[in-house]
Amino acid sequence: MRARVFVTLKPSVFDPQGRTIVEALQSLGYGNVADVRQGKYFELDLATTERGQAERLAADVADKVLANPVIESYRIEVD
Amino acid sequence: MKFGIVVFPGSNCDEDAFHAARDVFGQDAEYLWHKDADLKGADVVILPGGFAHGDYLRTGAMARFSPVMAPVRAFAERGGPVLGICNGFQVLLESGLLPGAMLRNKGLKYRCEHVHLRVEQTDTPFTAAATVGQVLTIPIGHGEGNYFAPPETLKEIEANRQVILRYVDPLGRIDQASNPNGSVNGIAALCNQGRNVVGMMPHPERACEALVGGVDGRVIFDSIVRAFRSAESLALQP
Repeated sequence: MRARVFVTLKPSVFDPQGRTIVEALQSLGYGNVADVRQGKYFELDLATTERGQAERLAADVADKVLANPVIESYRIEVD
Repeated sequence: MKFGIVVFPGSNCDEDAFHAARDVFGQDAEYLWHKDADLKGADVVILPGGFAHGDYLRTGAMARFSPVMAPVRAFAERGGPVLGICNGFQVLLESGLLPGAMLRNKGLKYRCEHVHLRVEQTDTPFTAAATVGQVLTIPIGHGEGNYFAPPETLKEIEANRQVILRYVDPLGRIDQASNPNGSVNGIAALCNQGRNVVGMMPHPERACEALVGGVDGRVIFDSIVRAFRSAESLALQP
């Protein structure tokens, strides 16, 4: 199965890159872009065909390696 | 005393730390490769600056899994003195040996310059030779030194007097203009609750000789050498 892991800074954590991007967009005339948060995206190829197992495995590696729980949160999609 | 200086693939301040320990302070020093399983009898461990494992994923994130970090962790838990400088500080944070995390510098720029630091605490093995309120001028060189801790953790860190150095102006006053990276509460250096593990973004090993622009970093090395000497003389007493 494949898991997609989206890692972003927690809403309470200032994102200097996102801030710079939104300022650039607004200066280009995209006034309707109110905010940008930058994150990371991972695709995991998992050697399992069982959905629950795939979700647990992806969550385990996200907890231990892909995200730093002090500043980041993550979301997982499995298919 | 013997300094153990950890070398990760991508460390680049290991030789400066080695030079400071051996040539400037006349102590024994040995490199510890990241795959080593023991600390070769080191009395103090330095995690130096650089880009351990390329800093892929997050700064310090991969270095935490290097084999040498198991004995470093055990050494730290026994009360052994550990100093993380710059990338070494980031490794200590990712390892959970110090609380909090690093974010990109607020201005997004890599900052390489001398900064002013106020000594906040002297009851650690790395600041014992300094005085509280003393202002040190030591260089920084980093892109991710914007220290962050959630409010409840920050409260605990301040209550336990774990902040060792803060970014200040030349007169020792905290202001936004003197904070090079946006660190919360101007935090430049931090210790653990046991006070034996210290992380600092500035580079004391680059400020040990007048030839390279200043000697204010010497107090960090002086502190640990003196702390070891007094521990040794206590141990010799009957």
